[in-house]
Amino acid sequence: MIELMDTNAAQIAAEFTRARARAGSPAMGMVMTLVIVVDEDDAEDAMKAARAASHEHPARVLGVILGDGRGAPQVNAQVGTGSGWSGETAVIRLSGEVVKHAESVVLPLLLPDSPVAIWWPNHPPEDPAADPLGRLAQRRITDAASATRGKTRAIHHQCQVYTPGNTDLAWTRLTPWRALLAAILDQRPVKVTSASVTAERISPSADLLAAWLVDRLKIPVERKNSNGPGITEVVLRTNQGDARISRPDGKLAVFSVPDRPDRPVALKRRELPELLAEELRRLDEDDVYAETARRLVALEGKRTK
Amino acid sequence: MTQPNPLRDPRDRRLPRIAGPCGMVLFGVTGDLSRKKIMPAIYDLANRGLLPPGFSLTGFARRDWADQDFAQIVHDSVKAHARTEFREEVWKQLAEGFRFVPGDFDDDHAFDQLRRTIEELDEERGTGGNHAFYLAIPPGFFGDVVGQLKEHGLSTPRDGSWRRVVVEKPFGHDLESARELNATLGEVFPPGSVFRIDHYLGKETVQNILALRFANEMFEPIWNNTYVDHVQITMAEDVGIGGRAGYYDGIGAARDVIQNHLLQLMCLVAMEEPVSFDAENVRIEKEKVLASVQLPARLDKTTARGQYAAGWAGGQKVEGFLDEDGIKKSSTTETYAAVTLNVATRRWAGVPFYLRTGKRLGRRVTEVAIVFKRAPHLPFAASSVEELTQNALVIRVQPDEGVTLRFGSKVPGTQMEIRDVNMDFVYGGSFTEESPEAYERLILDVLLGDPPLFPRHEEVELSWKILDPILAHWAKQDANGKGRPEAYPSGGWGPKSADDMLARDGRTWRRP
Repeated sequence: MIELMDTNAAQIAAEFTRARARAGSPAMGMVMTLVIVVDEDDAEDAMKAARAASHEHPARVLGVILGDGRGAPQVNAQVGTGSGWSGETAVIRLSGEVVKHAESVVLPLLLPDSPVAIWWPNHPPEDPAADPLGRLAQRRITDAASATRGKTRAIHHQCQVYTPGNTDLAWTRLTPWRALLAAILDQRPVKVTSASVTAERISPSADLLAAWLVDRLKIPVERKNSNGPGITEVVLRTNQGDARISRPDGKLAVFSVPDRPDRPVALKRRELPELLAEELRRLDEDDVYAETARRLVALEGKRTK
Repeated sequence: MTQPNPLRDPRDRRLPRIAGPCGMVLFGVTGDLSRKKIMPAIYDLANRGLLPPGFSLTGFARRDWADQDFAQIVHDSVKAHARTEFREEVWKQLAEGFRFVPGDFDDDHAFDQLRRTIEELDEERGTGGNHAFYLAIPPGFFGDVVGQLKEHGLSTPRDGSWRRVVVEKPFGHDLESARELNATLGEVFPPGSVFRIDHYLGKETVQNILALRFANEMFEPIWNNTYVDHVQITMAEDVGIGGRAGYYDGIGAARDVIQNHLLQLMCLVAMEEPVSFDAENVRIEKEKVLASVQLPARLDKTTARGQYAAGWAGGQKVEGFLDEDGIKKSSTTETYAAVTLNVATRRWAGVPFYLRTGKRLGRRVTEVAIVFKRAPHLPFAASSVEELTQNALVIRVQPDEGVTLRFGSKVPGTQMEIRDVNMDFVYGGSFTEESPEAYERLILDVLLGDPPLFPRHEEVELSWKILDPILAHWAKQDANGKGRPEAYPSGGWGPKSADDMLARDGRTWRRP
């Protein structure tokens, strides 16, 4: 790691080039730029997750830490390559007036002609797509479950301001659940008449899952509470009986469908690096998430009316 | 599948394909293939959540084992060879579906028990009558096993379920035996239910050949005899035959590798654009390539074969092939084979395809090199371009998967000195570090019944038609004493006759 104090984008870019030459491999195998906008407190964990995800998606990772907006503008950076990274990394600390103009530092550091993803591990902007940094990216990743207060409001808000390219890790967390639920109907094409989703009282993922089921199956879906962890049970009611996936411990689920023996199935809650890697796998618009987000907003509107 | 599943949406590409309810019966559980590849791949699939709930694995072997003993074998193999992290809860749910049936392949009683076991699994685990029979056994036993499967009603599915059979190479040892083998399998299973595993086709980089060629604009225009001088396809191994003398002696490098892996790679490189990427259309194009292959007239000048000699490979003293345990001193089995093939089409006329494979070579590498012609005119002094060779596009299949583009560039600081440089795209360290093993993809495809990556018997037979005359030529040389495999030093790049073979055409092998 090279420390650059009171620096600018050009010097950071020059350091990237020098670091590559020092490492003896001047070629760039990176496929995207990942910008992480994060607090000082969470920076280390976020960079660690990005490092793990960079094995699958070699990226230039720019950690942007927005400091105190008062005082003289200052840009400090730590630049590095190698040692566990299959890409390049810079942690850029901004303070003073430049905090409001972070995009001016990030823009010159984007890899030419390749996709940009941005991730807010905690405090996302009001409207990610309108955010000056968010505008640089075609994939904008938020995480409603990381909100310290008002997680439910956080996911509703993200769904309200949905713009193509937005995505939330609360949605990513659902993929294994959705895959198993789809597998139930793969196996027997029956008509589902109603459904229920049971989870911790506050669970953005559970809200999204319920909205997805309503949207796809056009049925009423009941949202029930349990002590968690996360989502604990989903039931699809059909005219041939109930199909059910229950996961009381966050690891192992029981899969039961009518007229078939119950079967255990591994359904582990996934860690951040896995979620991030899934998110980076596809960078085009997620149409199914778009429809689910729209449905969640509509359901909420009906409920509060 | 009359009505579409409302929870699935073609736009929803996050959702993985999970196989429907099913089980697998594994014959030959103690073999290397089962322990090093199949069992770990099954665990990895389970870990990734891609196996159906209730998936069961039944082992069949001549061992006096109970279910737990079999589970222990799988456990050890998973611990040693699985790609993904070992998780107790995944293992537990997977292991509940393990069964073992002891018996010989000619033991009616054992196959009766196998049928009962499968029926019980349908009851207890909900496998729904869907079962794949994986024959990880020598092909000599295929006939016995599929015959038994038929006799005991194991090969015929009930309505709405399926039975499939999975076989590994070698798919015969010549055209005639391949036809017999296909007939044996075909008597019991319809062609669509026979899955032949060529694990090369499960590799990401091999699938990437089609992406490289048909998703890009800049390669296809030069992918023909106007620009391409020749193509070299290499699969080199740094190891010897190890303990596999029994399998290898009499088979040799050409049957073991060229007939399947290298000819399949050649098909992907040489084929025309398929109408679509479904199994049928890709197969049609591959078959056209195989059918248009012509052998040169003088096989003595356009093929080469060798046997590794004792020596030093990678800093270790190693034995020669003829000194290996179980190999006769007089063996003429080749451990190195190189052949010249012509693809008689408008696109490839005059572009030879050189295929080579060998054991105990310099390093373990598989690659396809498209070597381009020289520029028709070089407006430089002859001395400036002395170090410039031919441009090449190299698809590195393993290890270090990726693509290399080789072209000339000015040496900095000189007045005008042009030298070859490489531009690398590394697929391996990047995209694929977390990417699945070939066997995971292929086993999942078997369970899903998705056939694009499996060669059909037509392809197998066409491949033998190409190889048979070469094998016959070598056998004739052996018989009349006019030639035998040339000894080549271990740890090098093969026999001199292979170098001579290219030198006659004014070309040289790449050092891969």
